Amino acid sequence: MAVKSAYISKKSAKGDKPNLTNSGFTTEEELFAYKEMLLIRRFEEKAGQLYGMGFIGGFCHLYIGQEAVVVGMEMAQKEGDAVITSYRDHGHMLAAGMDPKGVMAELTGRKGGLSKGKGGSMHMFSKEKQFYGGHGIVGAQVPLGAGLAFANKYRGNDNVSIAYFGDGAANQGQVYETFNMASIWKLPVIFVIENNRYAMGTAAARSTAVSEHLGARGAAFGIPFEQVDGMDVRAVRDAAERAIEHCRAGEGPYILEMMTYRYRGHSMSDPAKYRSKEEVQKMREEHDPIEQVKARILNAKLATEDDLKKIDAEIRAVVTEAAEFAQNDPEPDASELYTDIYVNA
Amino acid sequence: MPSILMPALSPTMEEGKLAKWLKNVGDMVKPGDVIAEIETDKATMEVEAVDEGALTAILVPAGTENVKVNTPIAVIGEADAAPAAKAEAPKPAEAAPVAAPAIITSAPAASPEVPECTEMVTMTVREALREAMSEEMRRDPDVFLMGEEVGQYQGAYKISQGMLDEFGPRRVIDTPITEHGFTGLAVGAAFAGLKPIVEFMTFNFAMQAIDQIINSAAKTHYMSGGQLNCSIVFRGASGAAARVGAQHSQDYAAWYGHIPGLKVVQPYSAADAKGLLKSAIRDPNPVVFLENEILYGKSFEVPKVEDWLVPIGKARIARVGHHVTIVSFGIGMTYAMAAADKLAAEGIEAEVIDLRTIRPMDLATVLESVRKTNRCVCVEEGFPQFSVTSEIAAQVMTHAFDYLDAPVARVAGKDVPMPYAANLEKLALPNADEVVAAAKAVLYV
Ligand SMILES: Cc1ncc(C[n+]2csc(CCOP(=O)(O)OP(=O)(O)O)c2C)c(N)n1
Ligand SMILES: [Mg+2]
Repeated sequence: MAVKSAYISKKSAKGDKPNLTNSGFTTEEELFAYKEMLLIRRFEEKAGQLYGMGFIGGFCHLYIGQEAVVVGMEMAQKEGDAVITSYRDHGHMLAAGMDPKGVMAELTGRKGGLSKGKGGSMHMFSKEKQFYGGHGIVGAQVPLGAGLAFANKYRGNDNVSIAYFGDGAANQGQVYETFNMASIWKLPVIFVIENNRYAMGTAAARSTAVSEHLGARGAAFGIPFEQVDGMDVRAVRDAAERAIEHCRAGEGPYILEMMTYRYRGHSMSDPAKYRSKEEVQKMREEHDPIEQVKARILNAKLATEDDLKKIDAEIRAVVTEAAEFAQNDPEPDASELYTDIYVNA
Repeated sequence: MPSILMPALSPTMEEGKLAKWLKNVGDMVKPGDVIAEIETDKATMEVEAVDEGALTAILVPAGTENVKVNTPIAVIGEADAAPAAKAEAPKPAEAAPVAAPAIITSAPAASPEVPECTEMVTMTVREALREAMSEEMRRDPDVFLMGEEVGQYQGAYKISQGMLDEFGPRRVIDTPITEHGFTGLAVGAAFAGLKPIVEFMTFNFAMQAIDQIINSAAKTHYMSGGQLNCSIVFRGASGAAARVGAQHSQDYAAWYGHIPGLKVVQPYSAADAKGLLKSAIRDPNPVVFLENEILYGKSFEVPKVEDWLVPIGKARIARVGHHVTIVSFGIGMTYAMAAADKLAAEGIEAEVIDLRTIRPMDLATVLESVRKTNRCVCVEEGFPQFSVTSEIAAQVMTHAFDYLDAPVARVAGKDVPMPYAANLEKLALPNADEVVAAAKAVLYV
């Protein structure tokens, strides 16, 4: 696909770690992470803009601020590993290698969207990329993710599945039903809690017992857990490698609690009065996942300002192309209303 | 030069008030800077710049109401362009596209509950629901409200705005996202004699909790041989909003209407929303109270009386006519009433019945009307199979077969999961023209 070909392929990004920078990432890895995260950031900014213009409707949950989580995870995955997540899913799809044009056109509800315009922002899937959605019911994707792992184990392959969910979702009962099953059946599933500190307008501490450490809930089920700086893509990648290795070795599930932050409102209609502007500003200034990589790249002279500007321009072009496609592609044909309800048996 | 357009800030927003400018003409802005504040029917939102440059003109002055989405509100110039002359003094008449908010006047048919010469006040369904809860909480200390974001956030749809301030956190309780858990907990509290109001952010999420609603709340009175009752209200938005997709758009009237032991209410107007919610809170049985996000912002006239109650189980004749009976409820009434207007223009007088309560259904009112008109069309937004309208059709056939001059016609949502695309969503929902066509079909015209 055009977009990805401009990037370093996943394989070479992992490499054999020849010339490590003092950050623990190779030059290629740093640049890969930078590009992947920047693509998500620019894509989401554009989506926010298109929403404001009325091209995107309904709910639209942006991933801005949390980019290091999916990108770090992606860097540790191999082809065939399955991913499933909630409605805050644009970043996960881009990281899975799904076409930005198809994602954006789904946001605008057009024919060329990845669900033919029928799913929308919250519901996109790619069997080819092993991306299983895109789910609107908080917590529902967690047992589904364990089911994907069950299938891998059943078939005896060494693929793992990654089930993402939020700090708010961590209070749903089905999460703990799933922890129990995953543990007793040693399912190769990595539970990634994206703890962005808020569930809509509820700060974790207001809704959650022992909110300082959500991953620790795994202890009751004998599932190993780690709390990870989710704003630092290196920390995410390293933790992901440990978790995935554990799963692939047949040792059962693993929990990674990613401490992260969303800069924007919960969805487009969130007035965000539950936190201070200073809090958001401080995060952006001191912990931005993209700025961190950028600073490392420039400090270690892995690339010049001009090189990065060129990357920025490339990514802007990809996003602009996606947005143009998404605005001009026709709506689905009226006959599509009645297709895809059943599989033809 | 890029102009900044009035942004859409929620799925249902069509216009808003430009409350405040936070930048002045000549100021430099960069992406992410907050430049203005906009008030929607739900909340005050901030507008962020997406382009970098100087704010060269403000096109819509602060304080302008009813600014339509996508109206240019300001212009951003090149980063180093000299700012244009100061924005002219506000010319509200030109700048503000004023659209008077539509007020839906109450039905022409006399309402038996409203004494003549009663003073009316205009309010939205949202305000009516809030008043109903607040009045009942003032009246009865055992009533409390629980749900996701009902307190500090002031309600995901702002129904409970201000209630935490008035009643405090003991009675306005923010829950974790654990529908099955907090629903069961509330049912238990009702067993012990409290009167919970459980708000579901939308009824789509009550599917996580439906076991507690049906197996615990609805059946316990019967299973205990009449010893244990459960006075509880489950309320929240049901049905389609605007392009929120298949998992967030379902209507649950038929689901709960199926269950003995539950009462199910689905109001259309603000007056009914208020009067029925107050009755539901006082009812000693579990009541499922289905609201609608699109209706929240609609204004209606509500009687200004001390204690406005509408009885559960009574339909309302919303419009008197003698050619055909149209039966609907909830947002389905918007299609029914619009269709009746269109039919009237062609000389066909439809009698429109708003069921208001799904269970127990006021069949007497429906049958009386059908015996007069001999024709019946029923309308709902939910799926057509095993639906409220199929129940009405069966009942009318059983009890008024000899009066019918045509088979009962039904207009419902299409038999497909709700699509996201704007054109498909429109096709999936019923509309007034379908109701008109159905009415003409049963009239053979
Ligand atoms: C079962 C269910 N309940 C409520 C909602 C409404 N809702 C959507 S997102 C959300 C907050 C979830 O927060 P979190 O899990 O922290 O994820 P985040 O949005 O922060 O990524 C809520 C309450 C829903 N979609 N599903
Ligand atoms: Mg969260």
